Amino acid sequence: MRFHLSEEQGAIQDAIRGTLADSLPSEKLHKLIDGEAEFDRESWDALMALGLGGLMLPEQYGGSDLGLLDAALSAEVGGEGAVSGPLIGQIATGLAIAESDDDDAKSAWLPKLATGDAVATLAFGRDWLPESWDVSAVGNRVSGSVRFVQAATMADVYLVGLAGGKLALVEAGEHVEVQPLESFDRTRRQSTVIFNSAPATLLSADSGRIFDVALILAAADALGGAQKALDMTVAYAKEREQFGQPIGQFQALKHQIAQMALEVEPARALVWYAAYAFDKGLDDARRAAAIANAHLSDRFVSIGRAAVAAHGGIGYTWEYDLSIWFRRSIYSRAYLGGPAVHRERAAQLANW
Amino acid sequence: MDLSYGEENESYRKDVREFLKVAWNPASVEKPAMKAYIAGFREKATGKGYLYRAIPREFGGSQQPVDVLKAQVIREEFARARAPMEVGGNGMNMVVPTLLERGTQEQKEQFIRKTMSGEYIWGQGYSEPGSGSDLASVRTKAVLDGDKWVINGQKIWTSQGMDATHMFMLARTEADAPKHAGITYLLLSLDHPGVTRQPIKQITGGATFCEFFFEDVTTPVAWQIGDRGDGWNVSKTTLKHERASIGSADMLGHQFAQLVKLAKETQRNGQPAIKDPLVRDALVRIEGWVLAHRYSSYRLFSHAAAGDPPPSVGLMMKLLLTEIGHDIALTAEDMIGDEAMLEPAPPGTRGRGPEKWLDQIMGSLGNSIAGGTTNIQRNIIGERGLGLPRDPAMGA
Repeated sequence: MRFHLSEEQGAIQDAIRGTLADSLPSEKLHKLIDGEAEFDRESWDALMALGLGGLMLPEQYGGSDLGLLDAALSAEVGGEGAVSGPLIGQIATGLAIAESDDDDAKSAWLPKLATGDAVATLAFGRDWLPESWDVSAVGNRVSGSVRFVQAATMADVYLVGLAGGKLALVEAGEHVEVQPLESFDRTRRQSTVIFNSAPATLLSADSGRIFDVALILAAADALGGAQKALDMTVAYAKEREQFGQPIGQFQALKHQIAQMALEVEPARALVWYAAYAFDKGLDDARRAAAIANAHLSDRFVSIGRAAVAAHGGIGYTWEYDLSIWFRRSIYSRAYLGGPAVHRERAAQLANW
Repeated sequence: MDLSYGEENESYRKDVREFLKVAWNPASVEKPAMKAYIAGFREKATGKGYLYRAIPREFGGSQQPVDVLKAQVIREEFARARAPMEVGGNGMNMVVPTLLERGTQEQKEQFIRKTMSGEYIWGQGYSEPGSGSDLASVRTKAVLDGDKWVINGQKIWTSQGMDATHMFMLARTEADAPKHAGITYLLLSLDHPGVTRQPIKQITGGATFCEFFFEDVTTPVAWQIGDRGDGWNVSKTTLKHERASIGSADMLGHQFAQLVKLAKETQRNGQPAIKDPLVRDALVRIEGWVLAHRYSSYRLFSHAAAGDPPPSVGLMMKLLLTEIGHDIALTAEDMIGDEAMLEPAPPGTRGRGPEKWLDQIMGSLGNSIAGGTTNIQRNIIGERGLGLPRDPAMGA
């Protein structure tokens, strides 16, 4: 029986944390949110050099053959560092190809996704859930329009959700039109992508499983973001003085921050369990993914708001870092479907 | 990660199950003989190393090496067979661990066996009318007179107080010392003419606590645990041995399952309430918290099993449990509607309808006070968990 991280897992998280601190420090994040770039290529490349693209891919294609738990731990640190670039899409697309029986697609894409030489993103569409997907396929050509595609202008390949809940791989090219949207989360830019009879590789992977992977990675990202907002608040409460003492010494604020910790720390094990259940193929895996995603979406927004409130004026400014995670929290809550959607799914999965 | 217990422990589980099959057959026992049967069963189970594992053999325990997983297997199998575990209560949970850590050989010999057998029932003498969250301000006074302490004062919130034969008490013995350093940990017999007690009727209507008055009550100096003036530290001794369990997660899981059952059985607009989108949303919302609590207790359990120090989430479990209990209570209250206007019949009696949820509603309220109020829990999380500065007014 073991339900805590191994030393190695902790070391991997520390390595990612260090890499992000070096390659995506606060100044660069601000440059990114104030600029026009789709995402920060240098930090993305640094993460790919650590092997994040190939975490769940087979060794024969350059991956590390690890489970979703390890991927989730990485996504968590990504959320903590406001990772820019479609990390969830990169991992989920790789797994979708790896779980399909198409050796050509595997040889063509997996080595490049593992190294980061190719960037992959999700183009699920409609209301996010596989049953709502509506890009149509005629033979090996797909047509339709998908909103909220992250990093679409930089992507080499899209994992597209087709009507009927199937998945297809579409390479960027002349049959793919990208129309940028303004993104509330400026660390994760997005576009509407229009597929005009674009050549596609149909994948046999179970789209429900791939969607669960995305949900769990998104929950882990939210956990990391919530932890970051909490850490910033604790640090500020220790250092900021009013009425002649650190504000964290006032019981009113101390209690608010304790409530924040109560939202974050217990949720960690919820994310671990969802990933563990997926890796072990447990019966409650799908429900665990839905509940973890809904719970973490709510926690992140709640922490984001509480963190701004605890900071006071400085928290409401653009230039203070908290604005980045607050915006990420709002974005994350809607991404892949809001908490109410996944709670209703969980209710259905319980046959309520 | 791996939530299975491993081959060795599963084979141990089989042994425990075999033992219970043979040793625990209460159906075959007549009611008057039941008490002796249970005592005999506990003795056999202790002989096998299943009970009193933290207690040395010389005091009647089974003195087993620390093994959190085996302890959990034993709890699960005993619960499954509905077999009695150790005698519970303050004596086993608080007095015996304190004796084992801080008591003299004579004290251990004098008190442990009789506590294990249930002959000594211990009341806690900590809180006073003026000393709740600020426990170290206790004013009940003990003055040395030869080889006896003479105690005067008042204690309150003693659970099992009407049945208690003995008390473990924090008394002020050093009038001039700083408040934490002026307290001594004393044991005393309640069979003394200077002791009066009366039950406290609670908001529930029941009376599970007492208040005590002490007038020149004496106890031998030999019954003092630890040094004079060191009682505050002595009182912080807790049972470290195999403490981790997932008991409260199971309890919460059961409560949540009951809430789901209530939602299935309650009719709303001509259909079960659980078909109502608002109810479904509320239930899964609560379930997110219930599961976060459950898996966090797995996490704590796992740390204990590996001998690693507990993660900070350990400081949050009590508050978490309290808050989830409140959520469950409010949702149940919504669901039972007008039935919440009825006084529930006492637990264990017949004819209890949906209004029985009022017991849980009041119980969850009690949780926010007992064992350190919710605001004290928030101080602990803020200060010990997050390292926020202490309020100097609250002392060391």
